[in-house]
Amino acid sequence: MSHSVELAGIGMTFGTTRAVSDVSFKVEAGEFFSILGPSGCGKTTILRMIAGFIEPTDGRVLIGDQDMKGLGPNQRPTAMIFQSLALFPLMSVRDNIAFGLEARGVGRAERRAKADDLLRLIALEGYGDRMPGELSGGQRQRVAIARALAVEPGVLLLDEPLSALDLKLRQHMRAELRALQKRTGVTFIYITHDQSEALAMSDRVAVMSAGLLQQVATPRELYDNPATPFVARFVGETNAIPGRITDVQAGTARIDTELGPLLGRAGQGAVPGAQGTIYVRPEALMPGGGENPLQAQIDRVDFEGSFALVHGRFDSGAALTASVPSTRLADAPVPGHRASFGFQHAHAVVLGDG
Amino acid sequence: MRAERIFNAMFWLYLVVFAAYLFTPLIIMGAASFNESRFPTVIPWQGTTTEWFAAMWADAAMWQSLWTSVLVAVCVVVIVVPVGTAAALVLTSLHARARSFAYAVMVSPLLTPGVVIGISTLILWRQMGVGGGVFLIVLAQSTFIICYVMLMVMARLQRFDRTQEEAALGLGASRVMVFRRVTLPFLRPALVASAGLAVLQSIENYNTTLFVRGFETPLTVFIATKVRTGLTPAVNALALIIIVATVIGAIAYEVARRRRAA
Amino acid sequence: MGDLKNRFGPGLSTIFLILVLFWLAVMVLAPNLMMIDYALRPNLPPAALGGPDDTYTLSNILYLAGEPTHRAIFFKTIWASGLVAAVTFAVCYPIAFWMAQRATTGQLAIALMLIIIPFFINEVLRTLAWFIILAYRGPLNAVLMNIGLIEAPIRWQGNGGVLAAMVYAYILFMLLPIYNAIESLEKAQIEAARDLGASRWRIHTRVVIPHAKAGIATGFVFTFMLAAGSYVAPALLGSPGSRWFTEIIYNWFFEGGDWNRGAAYALVLLVLCLAVVLVTLRLFRVNLTDVAK
Repeated sequence: MSHSVELAGIGMTFGTTRAVSDVSFKVEAGEFFSILGPSGCGKTTILRMIAGFIEPTDGRVLIGDQDMKGLGPNQRPTAMIFQSLALFPLMSVRDNIAFGLEARGVGRAERRAKADDLLRLIALEGYGDRMPGELSGGQRQRVAIARALAVEPGVLLLDEPLSALDLKLRQHMRAELRALQKRTGVTFIYITHDQSEALAMSDRVAVMSAGLLQQVATPRELYDNPATPFVARFVGETNAIPGRITDVQAGTARIDTELGPLLGRAGQGAVPGAQGTIYVRPEALMPGGGENPLQAQIDRVDFEGSFALVHGRFDSGAALTASVPSTRLADAPVPGHRASFGFQHAHAVVLGDG
Repeated sequence: MRAERIFNAMFWLYLVVFAAYLFTPLIIMGAASFNESRFPTVIPWQGTTTEWFAAMWADAAMWQSLWTSVLVAVCVVVIVVPVGTAAALVLTSLHARARSFAYAVMVSPLLTPGVVIGISTLILWRQMGVGGGVFLIVLAQSTFIICYVMLMVMARLQRFDRTQEEAALGLGASRVMVFRRVTLPFLRPALVASAGLAVLQSIENYNTTLFVRGFETPLTVFIATKVRTGLTPAVNALALIIIVATVIGAIAYEVARRRRAA
Repeated sequence: MGDLKNRFGPGLSTIFLILVLFWLAVMVLAPNLMMIDYALRPNLPPAALGGPDDTYTLSNILYLAGEPTHRAIFFKTIWASGLVAAVTFAVCYPIAFWMAQRATTGQLAIALMLIIIPFFINEVLRTLAWFIILAYRGPLNAVLMNIGLIEAPIRWQGNGGVLAAMVYAYILFMLLPIYNAIESLEKAQIEAARDLGASRWRIHTRVVIPHAKAGIATGFVFTFMLAAGSYVAPALLGSPGSRWFTEIIYNWFFEGGDWNRGAAYALVLLVLCLAVVLVTLRLFRVNLTDVAK
């Protein structure tokens, strides 16, 4: 039983600061949906509005097509997993998991049975009588998830729950969360500032900046077709070369830059005469030239195993980052020397500035 | 280096003198309860006896005053723990500017001399036709003991992660259940400690109680009256028992606290 | 307030607010207002209440200013309370510093326990203990005569006895705040000062005491207030020549039978204590929030 979540033009003002402005999107039932953005972009505020901890100053929140206005967090079909996890330190693991059931007046025996089922689900069978303080970070994480799932929520809200874990555990928990979501079919709305987390786990991602919604798309589309300059720069690495757009034809834009005219796919705001920027991913830059030739001075080459990262400066002074597969390291540039690069226009996107 | 050694030696001497200053009065007072002398003293020692304990035990007025003190202390705890806790919760829910003003108002009873609290309570209630007695003693003592409870609960609240309340709410708990199952259990150690402190504060209070006691004679008033009207070592025997009881209580509390912490 | 309701719901918040308002209105505010009202009215026989003479007047307070004995006792109470605070500070500061910076964990635990135990025992009993020690034929005189320091017993009761017992009674209120304040001082700061060649005196006056000023102010405020408002020590250990202001107030209520004048005197005592609190905090540049912890 999972629910869709729809935000219809919601906004939030704290005093004189506008934390969230006119955000609309719809999360489908059973979807793994992430909200990605730097800290302070309003993503946590959105999550708290969905959960019901705060009422939006404008717009509506609909869960399962029902308007949630005036309903408190304890009356909504949502459960939240907090950044701090917020496990109850004075209750056993089992009592933590069963808390939501207790709140719903479920009897003791049934609570216990359900909690033990969930402990099995998170592979912590036999840990029911421990206290949260006696568990490891990863175990506490799983207890928090089980506690939220125990109430069979229609929507699970996750507020950067992995941020306190170390890298290895974090990567492991990503896979586990993803698998859990598939198995339970519950709608997940996941908040993060870590783009690789969002790209790896989500069906779709919403990118936020300064309280404004930038783009809602699948991870692939977000990466290949950023809708705004912010998304282009924030999601993944990119080389940005500014210029003036001179021509747009059949989805291809020509932009005059200090490095000469370049071609890329035409994106949002790409109209002839406008100021724009062409964004090229590091892995799209190929040493040796070809279509869209560029010259650069090479500063440093960092060998990373399967690929090498090449750092340098274009002749215009803009920074260059190229990722060269190890198989092509033979013609890789040498630090301190000049080198030529090129990219296919289908691998670059031109966006209007502003 | 030699100067350092002399300084250290002098400091240790000071520590010893300080410890003697702290404990000699209590030891002498306790010892005097075993002296046969009619006036409580240790010099001259007229022979060891336990008759003063028997005399104290047989003193009906003493039992009456002990009962009054215990009754008052129980009533005080019943008032100050809920009110002090409520005050701490209200104060921590206020916004910064309102909070510092409210804080000043709420700690003001601590900065008011005890006699003034007793006097003002007496005056107000006489105006309403209520004279001194157990009721006024409880009320006057509670006025400032609430501050202690409030401060102790606030200290504990500072270490409280409020997302726990949100988590419980998000799991469907009513606000009453959140308070009962999450907030209150977290505060319990502070509540127990402040109840203990309230009992001690209540039983040992003299300055405030003196003015609102009416015709009641709580323990402190009983002892102070004895000092003026006919001190015998029976009072010392009572003092010794109170001292031993409080010290044992304090140590037991400390041991329990450490065991819980460990 | 919105936050409170949001947090605990309308039912519980209302209960909390009622409890707090009852405390502040009925137990704190109303008694003080009534005391002020009493202080500003003349003491009239019941028949004259509400009559033409029942008007607000400063006569009760002016009486204190005009009565030389009471005035003298009032000022003596102020400076003697200040003296108690100063002596308590001098006694406590070395101990607090040692506990906060020098003592090992084990020593600290023992020291804390030894200091706190006497203060679990009530003030009347502590005063009683001094009453016994300082008695004319008591142990102190006996010891001093035995070692030949004095030839005849000394009458300790009076100012000396009151001072000794008050310092004894308020040690904890001075020691703990100062200890807490010094405890938060990094050891490295003292070592740095010593490394730079500062004398012991300089380390304390320039590094430790400035750091601990909030604690020292707290200790002063509490000790002064407790001393000025104390009744039991002067009542049991004083002599006719060492009367305390609280004793006069008590007499107005229970012997002189003039509650209005007693209320006026109590009001003066209250104002004095609040003034000392505010002036001390201002002098030490400390916030009320840092006091009373």
